[in-house]
Amino acid sequence: MRVGVEAFLILAAVLFSLGLYGAVSKKGAVQVLMSLELMAVAININLVAFSRFVTPLSQDGAFFTLFAMVVSAAEVGLGLALVIAVYRRARDSEITGLNELKG
Amino acid sequence: MSETVNAFAFGVLALMLVGGAVAMLSTRNVIHAAFWLLEVSVVAAGVFYLLDASYIALVQLLVYAGAVAVLMIFSIMITLRRREDAIRPRDFSPVGAVLAVAFCAALLWALRGFSFDAAEMPDVVPSLVAFGKSMFSVRGWALPFEIASLVLTAALVGAVWWSKDGDE
Repeated sequence: MRVGVEAFLILAAVLFSLGLYGAVSKKGAVQVLMSLELMAVAININLVAFSRFVTPLSQDGAFFTLFAMVVSAAEVGLGLALVIAVYRRARDSEITGLNELKG
Repeated sequence: MSETVNAFAFGVLALMLVGGAVAMLSTRNVIHAAFWLLEVSVVAAGVFYLLDASYIALVQLLVYAGAVAVLMIFSIMITLRRREDAIRPRDFSPVGAVLAVAFCAALLWALRGFSFDAAEMPDVVPSLVAFGKSMFSVRGWALPFEIASLVLTAALVGAVWWSKDGDE
């Protein structure tokens, strides 16, 4: 059986949708961040698959993945710092409780 | 002979990836969810290795399976003091499910109508040496690489700033 670039794209699409579901349905801030990680992994699989199938010599997608990983590592670090800052104020890290700015 | 991806390895990895993600979303225990995310990260590194991106696989293992997983577990332990707090109520969201299924269907439908020039895997195997040379050459990715290190430094300082104790 031939595994082409489509197989990786389908896998990434399913993984991204699972991450999307988690990001909109979870109530805990840490769980939302974990779902975002799932989406980031799906995107990276897409980029690396295109890099392997389309530009195997220059590996552009692999470089994009590397920088996407840097950005998402920064995102996780800052996100978890925010979670801890929110916990210090509210003694809680539920995102449903963060409605002080609601009009 | 054209290069191919090992279909058996791909099937096993894909199953573990999707299964791990589903388990992560369906478990009620937050700590278990963090460990399922760790499993997903390790398996994703396997997928990268299958695509001959060994350096990306290594970075994935070091950053996601290493640093991010530890950070997640530490934040869970800091924000949920008691063992009972880690068990969460069932939170199935029909709206979220409909949104995710619709999005997935749209993606797959878009894939169906798309034809790829590179359906076959190219014979050229990406080389790690070329990757490294390209990353540190001025005509290649040296400037983005330096900017990425600046981003990481700023994020590091910002994370310490935000999470530090004290009243402003």
